[in-house]
Amino acid sequence: MNPRVTVLAGGLSHERDVSLRSGRRVAEALRASGCEVTVLDADAHLLPTLAEDRPDVVWPVLHGAIGEDGALRDVLELLRLRYVGSRPQSCRLAWDKPIAASVVRAAGIAVPEHIALPHATFRDLGAQPVLAAAGTWAGFPLVVKPSRGGSALGVAVVDEPGDLARAVVDSFAYGDTAVVQQHVRGTEVAVSVVDVDGELRVLPAVEIVADGGSYDYTARYTAGATEFFAPARLADDVADRLAAAARGAHEALGLRHLSRIDFIVDHEGVPVFLEANAAPGMTETSLLPQGVAAAGLELDAVYRGIVQSALER
Amino acid sequence: MSQHPPPSSPPGAVASAAAGAAAAGVRPGNRLDRWRESYAVRTASMTASEIRALFAVANRPEVVSLAGGMPYLPALPLDTIAAIAQRLIAEKGAVALQYGSGQGEEVLREQIVEVMHQQRIQAHPDDVVVTTGSQQALDLVSRVFLDPGDVVVAEAPSYVGALNVFRSYQARIVHVAMDADGLQPEALDEALTRLAAQGQRVKFLYTVPNHHNPAGVTLSLQRRPAVLAVCRRHGVLVLEDDPYALLGFGGDPLPALRSMDAENVVHLGSFSKTFAPGFRIGWAVAPHAVREKLVLAAESSVLCPTSFGQFAIAEYLQTYDWLGQVKVFRELYRERRDAMLDALAVHLPQATWTHPDGGFYVWLTLPEGLDAKAMLPRAVTSRVAFVPGTAFYADGSGRRSMRLSYCFPTAERIREGVRRLAGVVQDELEVLETFGSVDPSPHERAGSVDSPGPELA
Repeated sequence: MNPRVTVLAGGLSHERDVSLRSGRRVAEALRASGCEVTVLDADAHLLPTLAEDRPDVVWPVLHGAIGEDGALRDVLELLRLRYVGSRPQSCRLAWDKPIAASVVRAAGIAVPEHIALPHATFRDLGAQPVLAAAGTWAGFPLVVKPSRGGSALGVAVVDEPGDLARAVVDSFAYGDTAVVQQHVRGTEVAVSVVDVDGELRVLPAVEIVADGGSYDYTARYTAGATEFFAPARLADDVADRLAAAARGAHEALGLRHLSRIDFIVDHEGVPVFLEANAAPGMTETSLLPQGVAAAGLELDAVYRGIVQSALER
Repeated sequence: MSQHPPPSSPPGAVASAAAGAAAAGVRPGNRLDRWRESYAVRTASMTASEIRALFAVANRPEVVSLAGGMPYLPALPLDTIAAIAQRLIAEKGAVALQYGSGQGEEVLREQIVEVMHQQRIQAHPDDVVVTTGSQQALDLVSRVFLDPGDVVVAEAPSYVGALNVFRSYQARIVHVAMDADGLQPEALDEALTRLAAQGQRVKFLYTVPNHHNPAGVTLSLQRRPAVLAVCRRHGVLVLEDDPYALLGFGGDPLPALRSMDAENVVHLGSFSKTFAPGFRIGWAVAPHAVREKLVLAAESSVLCPTSFGQFAIAEYLQTYDWLGQVKVFRELYRERRDAMLDALAVHLPQATWTHPDGGFYVWLTLPEGLDAKAMLPRAVTSRVAFVPGTAFYADGSGRRSMRLSYCFPTAERIREGVRRLAGVVQDELEVLETFGSVDPSPHERAGSVDSPGPELA
């Protein structure tokens, strides 16, 4: 029997556009591998439709809060529907970047020094003293990003003290807490972890070299603006260390079925964890599909295998 | 090894160097776009922007979109139009579905001449070129006049769709100030004098004289001859883009610039706002030599504009009270304009805005220190959308401003949208109060596309 899969794409997040494109790709691959696929948006019609259709598996390809903060998965659990991807509690850990970093660090994986600063901290203690402290603590450049969110939206690399305030203010447009993080120099890589037919596989790392140095939204979603190396240009022992770190982060956070773990490999070859994505991008320029190709696997088969893993548990 | 490739290196030298590296054991990277090295220089500004991505939610019913520019088509007599389309295919299908003339169907060009009488334009059907929306006329005029590096003078702010066309021809855009009476002739004179002194080649003035997009103002009757005189004196053509002329809320439309100077003005009109944009029918009226070039350029671009659309519009103009329909639209938009201005007065007293007497748009300016572009993510979270002012400038200005449209949402939705927007502004003001004034981001990319696509309500 071919499984009936409902792919969820869209949603009212800042990454709606990316989610719609990812969802179409996943749906197409699953259809090609014999699944019966329906694509639904995450809106007020969703739950009645799911309750009526009762698909074998729901695959939320939703980015941003609705897809990654765990709440939607809580609702799927309430409806007793099987779904692809991590359980709500793991999503909540991964979604909040400072919390994810603490969990991953406790598992023995390097993370950059960072602090999380809610708007209230600046308001109550005074913006200038807090900015001054944040600016001297790790030295420049620093990375500023919203504590929650994806696609590098609201992320800025700050080269000098005078630009710190703007970066923090811009990140507050995306969420209430800004993460100020030490900028780690090295090779930027993304490692996808997939559970295919019940077997957890760490895909080859994909190395990212963005024109202009910053893998921001434009670099991510303008075809041609970034050069990728898959597998990453790393010595074998470093690549092994990186794969172990990716698996370690995936497991420490309790992620399930698929994830993408982003690292910087520093000049000593140490993988430094940046963030974990419970709902990684699946567009034509996304990193997970590149990792699949680098492993010599077929996208259709891998996505079908992920569905199989979800069906079996 | 030499620092420079030998002079005989073919243009594909970069690619072959990469192939050599691969042979030597260094794997080349993948850019997921094998044609990247082949693109023309003019595509450099065609990049995804995170602002544009945010508009993806704006068509969802949960979001009040004050960002779009779609006319309110539910107000059209759709039954009548269906009957026209049915009759057209049944009776004239073999002509209406055939190729037509590159300049456009004569019957429609005659009617366009009639339509333009509303604005006191005296033209001959031979002077008219029918185009695929007036957007194509912008493209054709640019293609005919602009070499890379040429200057286009435009209002500050200016219609984003025109700026994108000028940029795609690698023109330099110089903005000239406007006020409540439209473009300032003195400022225009000053700019043209300065540009001439710098040896810059100014090819034309681009202006939207009526119910300006995005500024919502109209060039006053007194200023019209003055603007024309300045351009004549500097030998600069005027490109008059006039899709909103008949959508004024108070009295007859002002005489078009073209009605005052037939030799130095290319006038663009459109049925997109007065009837329906789906037909994609606009037009250009140009001095005869310019018109000849436009026709040749149009043929190389699309062969001919849509025959079906032209015949359908011709039939509609002939058989339906189209001016009465324009009046229906005007009343509807006036009511929505009122709703928006009232709501702004109630909810956003700390901002300033223009008071349009026609058209689709209000131009709102935020208190000092706020940044409309930076607050768009917060607005989307609050389920309201607008277009940040920066989209309407070629030079990165406009950060404090935004365009609000009242053409598509109902009055009730407009009030709700403004209420949400006020909440967003309040939150931003709180951040501003915490941080004081903050310099704009150093990572700003000039020229990436910050505006929504045309399909946005």
